[in-house]
Amino acid sequence: MDLERRRFLRGAAGAVTAAAAAVAAPVNEAAAFGPREPKTLPPKAVGMLYDSTLCIGCKACVSACKQANGMPAEQPASLAAWNEGTWDAAEDISGKTLNVIRVYQNGTMAEKDREQDGYAFVKRHCLHCVDPSCISVCPVSAMRKDPVTGIVTHNPDACIGCRYCVYGCPFNVPQYQFDEPFGQISKCQFCNHLQAEGKLPACCDVCPTGASLFGLVEDLQAEAERRLAAQPGTLYEFPRGKLGGGRPGHEAPIGHYQPHLYGEKEAGGTQVRYLTGVPHEKLGLPELPDHSYAAVSEGMQHTLYKGMIAPLALFGGLVFLARRSSKTYRDEGPAHIDEEDSSS
Amino acid sequence: MSETAPRPLGGPIITKPFAILGVFLLIGGYFILRRFLFGMADVSNMSNGYPIGTWVVLDVVIGTAFGCGGFAMALLVYIFNRNVYHPLMRPALLGGVFGYTLAGLAVMIDLGRYWNAFNLLMPWYAQINSVIFEVALCVMAYITVLWIEFWPAFLERMPVAIKQRFNLHKLQVFLRRYMYIFIGLGVLLPTMHQSSLGSVLLIMGSKLSPLWYTQWLPLLYLISALTMGYGVVMLESTLVQRSFKLPSEAALLAKLSRVAAGLLVLFLAVRFGDLLARGQLGRAFAGDRYSVLFLIETALFAAPVLILASRRRCANMRLRFLATISLLAAGSLYRMNGYLLAIDPGNGWTYFPSAPELMITVGVVCLEIMLYLIFVKTLPVLPGSIAEAPGRPS
Repeated sequence: MDLERRRFLRGAAGAVTAAAAAVAAPVNEAAAFGPREPKTLPPKAVGMLYDSTLCIGCKACVSACKQANGMPAEQPASLAAWNEGTWDAAEDISGKTLNVIRVYQNGTMAEKDREQDGYAFVKRHCLHCVDPSCISVCPVSAMRKDPVTGIVTHNPDACIGCRYCVYGCPFNVPQYQFDEPFGQISKCQFCNHLQAEGKLPACCDVCPTGASLFGLVEDLQAEAERRLAAQPGTLYEFPRGKLGGGRPGHEAPIGHYQPHLYGEKEAGGTQVRYLTGVPHEKLGLPELPDHSYAAVSEGMQHTLYKGMIAPLALFGGLVFLARRSSKTYRDEGPAHIDEEDSSS
Repeated sequence: MSETAPRPLGGPIITKPFAILGVFLLIGGYFILRRFLFGMADVSNMSNGYPIGTWVVLDVVIGTAFGCGGFAMALLVYIFNRNVYHPLMRPALLGGVFGYTLAGLAVMIDLGRYWNAFNLLMPWYAQINSVIFEVALCVMAYITVLWIEFWPAFLERMPVAIKQRFNLHKLQVFLRRYMYIFIGLGVLLPTMHQSSLGSVLLIMGSKLSPLWYTQWLPLLYLISALTMGYGVVMLESTLVQRSFKLPSEAALLAKLSRVAAGLLVLFLAVRFGDLLARGQLGRAFAGDRYSVLFLIETALFAAPVLILASRRRCANMRLRFLATISLLAAGSLYRMNGYLLAIDPGNGWTYFPSAPELMITVGVVCLEIMLYLIFVKTLPVLPGSIAEAPGRPS
């Protein structure tokens, strides 16, 4: 090991350590790069309360959703020939399926809504985040959030198909049709075309047990809290269709709920609430912080590009230095190049 | 070192290596055709768990970093006024022209609704909070700037008759006088979008391993773009000098390699400082997939620093070349990890690129090299000694 190298290494190691320490201190505070203000629930936000303990896995919601949104049937390849391909057996949401019921299975599956030796249902579709990542990443405003109802919609005429909404969604909801030459992004838009006619979203409309319950988010939150507060096993009048919609409900015992109301705070809050009997992470509902990653990302961008001041100042400095350099180069540089090569 | 000026290399365009590259281009072209006729699933393994695959990661995220030679050299030559590096400027710029232009082309293959791509330029669709929007506009603008910066090379070669016919002398004078504005843009725009390529990942949150997810992503991506820019200039210069037997620029490259090494030290300092501050350094030794990727990546970053530590080894072409390769591999792996390998969308999704998917990227890279060869043979790009350039048109 030559002396110079040793010196360099010592210097480099020292530099890395010193710089790392110098970097580490301000990183902890990093106030300048803090997330932007969290967004709040729109005034008349509509949503859904999905009670996994009420769901019987009949998949009427999946079928009704297909019908209401004109989506084709979907089968795994092994079942494609069954009953001339008319049987829909979507395994997950996809470019052709906007909602789906999935089953949690454990051991003997003896009892519903039990983690050990049990099973449980969960519904997968868009949660209509309060501060959606898909809207934040979309470069062409194809994803929008209704300022009143808060429904997150997708406009295929604007969409360029970059799929960053698919990439960035913490719930893996938007789905691109990879098998189509002119594919588009599919996602649940909460049947906003039906809601415009005063109807209910198809899944909540057909749900026989009220496991999928439509309503204002505030009301659904209160309903969910009532169910959480009630003694498990006691009889409870569960509404169907729309909360406070006048449809007859049904009486059933309160489930053994997990204490966590999923969707209330996840990723900055969503407009869907999940009440489940088994822990949500077992049902494919990921553990997420209380803030939206969109706020982190936009906080960074708004800091760096605030009023375009930093980029403009940098540009001014660069142009000044470049001008000075090209002058000195013209004055001192080889005359030959000066004639031919002004810039390269 | 003798004074050098750019000149066309001349020689036949269609050579054996050129033809071999052409074969790969045709194979890639076949799969590109299939992608447009039958959809992406026909050629690619991308899925809704991994909607961003090797096309974006290799061609854009890594490809544009390989195209940062022009950016990195302009910073050194024009902003820090280091004129000694001037002979490396034009080839670096040409590398940037193709690196970026073909990244743009690759994006058109990857866009699921490419016929709507012009919506990016429509003000009523603009979404100014989107990092992708910033990257897209900025890259488009930079491709334009790169071609403008390179335009003098065309003008120098253009027959006088054509120049007079279209009054291009005026353009030449204009470009000469105001080029510093485009040089300013040519440094500003990559600073913006290369850092934004890091900011893009801020949306990934818990999908990205904490070893990579940090608020310092923009700075780390910017530094890594510069190191890769210098790396590419060293790689290209060494390869071209050997294959075309040009005058050696060893002294210059040795000096440049020290600049790159300094940036690598800075990168490692920020990387480890951040991990320390967030208390996540322990994950580096957790023994899982992410820790292995992190350790390989860090080794590749550290190796060039160790090699380039002594001036004697800097001057050794073989060792310097090794350091260059390691540096480029490090930057590439860092980007590949952030966008793909350290991403876990959950629920059992996995991704490995298909052969046709990779062949499209290979085809695009081959096209890039073919165009580079055509350009250096017909246009004044590479430095040659003045004495050797008698037929140099003016």
